[in-house]
Amino acid sequence: MKRWIAFWNIMLKDMRSYYLKPPNISWGLIFPAAWTGMFFIKTGTGLESIPELLPGVIAVSILFGTTSMLAVTVTFEKKNRSFERLLLAPLPLELLMLAKTSGAILFGAANAFVPIILAVFLTDLSGVAWMIVIPAVIMIAIASTFLGLSIAVSVSEVFEAQTFSNFFRFPMIFLCGLFFPISSLPMFLRPLSYLLPLTYGADILHGAVHGKNIMPLALDFTVITAFCILLFSISLRNIHRRWII
Amino acid sequence: MGAGDAGLRAGAPDFLIEVNQLTKTFNGVPAVDQISFRVGPGELFGFLGPNGAGKTTTINMLTGLARPDSGTIRIAGLECVTNPKAAQHLIGVIPDESNLYPELSGFDNLCFCASLYGMKKGQRRARARELLDTFGLKEAANRKFAGYSKGMKRKLTIAAGIIHHPRILFLDEPTSGIDVASARRIRQLIAELNDAGTTIFLTTHYLEEAERLCKRIAFIVKGRIVRTDTIADLLQPILEKKAMLISVSNASGDLCDRLSSAFPRFEFQAVSSGHIRVESADAIHIGPLVRFIESQGAEVTEARRLQPSLEDVFVRVTGIEPDVMKKEKEKAGGDL
Repeated sequence: MKRWIAFWNIMLKDMRSYYLKPPNISWGLIFPAAWTGMFFIKTGTGLESIPELLPGVIAVSILFGTTSMLAVTVTFEKKNRSFERLLLAPLPLELLMLAKTSGAILFGAANAFVPIILAVFLTDLSGVAWMIVIPAVIMIAIASTFLGLSIAVSVSEVFEAQTFSNFFRFPMIFLCGLFFPISSLPMFLRPLSYLLPLTYGADILHGAVHGKNIMPLALDFTVITAFCILLFSISLRNIHRRWII
Repeated sequence: MGAGDAGLRAGAPDFLIEVNQLTKTFNGVPAVDQISFRVGPGELFGFLGPNGAGKTTTINMLTGLARPDSGTIRIAGLECVTNPKAAQHLIGVIPDESNLYPELSGFDNLCFCASLYGMKKGQRRARARELLDTFGLKEAANRKFAGYSKGMKRKLTIAAGIIHHPRILFLDEPTSGIDVASARRIRQLIAELNDAGTTIFLTTHYLEEAERLCKRIAFIVKGRIVRTDTIADLLQPILEKKAMLISVSNASGDLCDRLSSAFPRFEFQAVSSGHIRVESADAIHIGPLVRFIESQGAEVTEARRLQPSLEDVFVRVTGIEPDVMKKEKEKAGGDL
């Protein structure tokens, strides 16, 4: 019980201090809208193409929603030593880091529903398998958050965290089959796509929204879960190795 | 019963902190070198040394923020090297720099820190109000921590460190870099906490502070403990001697030597330009000394009896001149 009081309050503090701030909320709204608009203009198609674009926009919204504040919630707090206060609390490191990332996961998942709500007003989404979309959104949010966390705990400065974060985030938009099929990528880039967790999350969304997944959904879920475990383990190892010296 | 009592077992250990052969190196350089000490329940133990002596590294290892290379740590009988989390519910830590959340108010900072120890909402709000009152921060309760003065930040950091009623409190340079009034109030609060039964491990490079507060002291220099003893036992050898400081002008360079020849039962030492320290097991009568100095063409401008202090002991034990410590005080911006 005591541990969950701590967990809940760490999450609440981060939500209030970082995630639910106007600049971050507006980022969460503007970014998906801008991406949707950009692809409409680029493809020159009408509203009937929304189901094809929606999985990519959902995935991008989650990716940027989850990773936008981790450099602050983790790297900055480490830098100004307030993170030491958390490390001194009688909480297992695993639970502490889950509490520290749960705000990002929730914010990222909430971001996913911005394009979905917009799409509901513009097109017919009656064929969407929502029971697959919701776990997919959660898994993408967890995987993206843990990817951001693994970067945030590998560096010492906030600017390094942001730079490395962008180094991964922007290529993922093009490499993970969000808007273009992986098969349309040059042959030498395709193996890279399969090394990125978002590829599997986006594939689930494509399958759930318009039935065009390239891998079995069970495989997608298994691989993305494995990525979550791997990235979280790497992050914990780095905290032990670099922060508790 | 406070939150900190939960982990204490029925058969309470004789020592709340037991450190044995603790060692930590950074890039091959020993920061802490095979130190051993024990702190009993209710004790206020001082850990003294100049900057870079290994005080903060020691606290970090004791509290789980750093991993020792070798040695053992037991807090309240719990083994903490292999399981640094084992005793964290029993301890409070006040770091050398305030590390609360700048965007939160004083009240919210305290409530958040209380929640980390599993305190329920009603409990943490009541405790936060109580501490804000105790530390004279009631008026600033709803102001953001970022806007607090240095002294206020220090007080709130101490309040955050004791919010969960810890049995053992680690204080790292609690009065470093703050104004005289705040430092005095903080020392008073530390004494009150200790009187109420909290075991305190205090690191400082302010010798006067340690002398006023601590019952027992360890001197640490370059990562090694060079002496551990009670204040009374540390001061005993110099209490047996009388000491006087004579200020002279127009003194020749060999005045100390000539004084030593004329007064063989006294020890003379030129401590700085124009100042001579006189020590003796017997009473020091100033008249003959003044007459002799003036017969040598110098003039006595002042003579005063010296009270033996921990600083004298520190210099004798460590070989570090008081000037070095004073410079560090100035660098830290503190004042006593």
